[in-house]
Amino acid sequence: MSIVVEQLARRFNRGGSPAVSRVSFHAPGGAITSLLGPSGAGKSTLLRLIAGLEIPDEGRVLIDGVDSTQMPVQQRGVGVVFQSYALFKHLTVRQNVAFGLEVRRVPKAEREARVEEMLRMVQLEHLGGRYPGQLSGGQRQRVAFARALAIRPRVLLLDEPFGALDTRVREELREWLHALHERTRLTTLLVTHDQQEALEISQHVVVLSEGRVAQAGSPADIYDRPASPFVASFIGGASVLRGHVQAGRAAMGALSVTAPAAAREGEPVHAFVRPHDIKLAKAVAGAASASTATGRVERLKPVGGYVKVFLRLPSGDEVTVEVPRSEFDALGVAEGDSVRADVRSATVFVGDYSI
Amino acid sequence: MSRPARHRVLPGFRLSLGFSWFYLGLIVLIPLSSLFLRTFSLSWEEFWGTVTTPRALAAYRLSFGASLAAALANVVFGLLVAWVLVRYRFPGRDVLESLVDLPFALPTAVAGLTLTTLFSAKGWYGQYLDALGLKVAYTSVGVAIALTFIGLPFVVRTVQPVLEDIDVDVEEAAATLGASPWQTFRRVLLPALFPALLSGFTLAFARALGEYGSVVFISGNMPLRTEIVPLLIITRLEQFDYAGATAIAIVMLGASFSLLLAVNLLHRWSQRRLEARPGA
Repeated sequence: MSIVVEQLARRFNRGGSPAVSRVSFHAPGGAITSLLGPSGAGKSTLLRLIAGLEIPDEGRVLIDGVDSTQMPVQQRGVGVVFQSYALFKHLTVRQNVAFGLEVRRVPKAEREARVEEMLRMVQLEHLGGRYPGQLSGGQRQRVAFARALAIRPRVLLLDEPFGALDTRVREELREWLHALHERTRLTTLLVTHDQQEALEISQHVVVLSEGRVAQAGSPADIYDRPASPFVASFIGGASVLRGHVQAGRAAMGALSVTAPAAAREGEPVHAFVRPHDIKLAKAVAGAASASTATGRVERLKPVGGYVKVFLRLPSGDEVTVEVPRSEFDALGVAEGDSVRADVRSATVFVGDYSI
Repeated sequence: MSRPARHRVLPGFRLSLGFSWFYLGLIVLIPLSSLFLRTFSLSWEEFWGTVTTPRALAAYRLSFGASLAAALANVVFGLLVAWVLVRYRFPGRDVLESLVDLPFALPTAVAGLTLTTLFSAKGWYGQYLDALGLKVAYTSVGVAIALTFIGLPFVVRTVQPVLEDIDVDVEEAAATLGASPWQTFRRVLLPALFPALLSGFTLAFARALGEYGSVVFISGNMPLRTEIVPLLIITRLEQFDYAGATAIAIVMLGASFSLLLAVNLLHRWSQRRLEARPGA
């Protein structure tokens, strides 16, 4: 039950920029695919186009190899879960879950059995008689999942399903969704702006930016090998260093790392460095290697288990380094001190960096 | 006797409750009870005789019948107007929005005169309806139309805010579950809107029962045929039959109050289902 999207385009305002412009991607059957991007990237529109809630201007949607572009939403057999839960407030939990089966005229006995099965699956069998107004946010969203899954959808489409929940419930439900998927193996499309969520529970990630696919691949691909400056800056909270190609290396002040093969001598370059890809050590005179620079600690910010160190490099660039608490204590630096920063890994792109 | 246990930022529960009773007593209860006092000058037989004359019975039928028809028409079309105003953005929306309130602002006599002119045999609407053999002016249909006109804002204005609160997501969820547009309307929207529709219906109905100004022009005021209760009361008064007028008024008052009470109870029951809260 794969989902294939071909050259899909949708423009809301004539003359305005398109919400989705010629997007193609493939969501493999039985896997969770995340549509990841900042707000306004077109990810929700894309999901709605696949669900049939929106009609594309161009392109095709294939669900399980069947062209579903013109198929009415009622017949697509998609389970959709919305950020707002979208439960029927005047119906009980049980009636909410039964709704799709009733309008599909599933016989009563089968319907009741399936509703109970769904309530068990979302661990809400004891709350079947309650109204949505009597449930917590996390419970409501599980009712929404049960309701969507009750119709035995071919694919599951989730539009920021945990966006309205607080952090702890969010993380719990993320685990829960992962376990649910392990059992059902339903092809799932998850729209999210939360990279943690996308990297954690999906097998496939499609990064979107301004209505286009910026990169598609496994979470590891996206994280370790960002294909563009946008992806590199969007994922992982990286700092940017600016420099030029010198003697075949990307030189940023005293620091230099391997330049991309296509870079020519003298061209401007910029490098993204992740907060945990810099190793800090006490500043020692002399013994500097190419990937090492001495910086000044501008500010320290303890965040639970680690400390964020804001470092000013001689080139003027500021980098953020995350140091585990124990390592930080051993290092013993204070604001204003000089430390040696060893860049262990960086992603370099040719050209000037502009936001 | 329960006092709100929670501390309120604004004080004065007792004072404001006391004032509410005093105020409603002063402007509603006392005037209405003087109505009862008036009728005490009649014996029970005289009272019964006055309120059950064929002319009075015909007037009750017309008043309640036409008001009911008008309120029901307003529920249907008011919902439609509210729907258009809430769900769509279109040029002229502000104009439509203000048009809705016009029946509130217009002196009802003006409305009555205008409708009568339109629907009379030579009027803009009347000439075509007349050709079809339909008479509106000076019939009970005309009465219902006048009452529909003055009741429209009530339904629109009570349904509008509730409709604004209903997420389009809910309708979309119903569609993805396989519900047709009609099923979505019937099983998802209508139950959610029911309390508001009921409120609008009640207000429009109550307003129509008491309406006088617009109806006297279009109805023609023929006893037994197009005479509404308020007009019958005025007629009695003009004949200096104060006891007779108040007797009919009492019947009207009793019937209206029972109806409003019944609808309010129904409203509370339907609202309670929507507003279920933890621990409720």
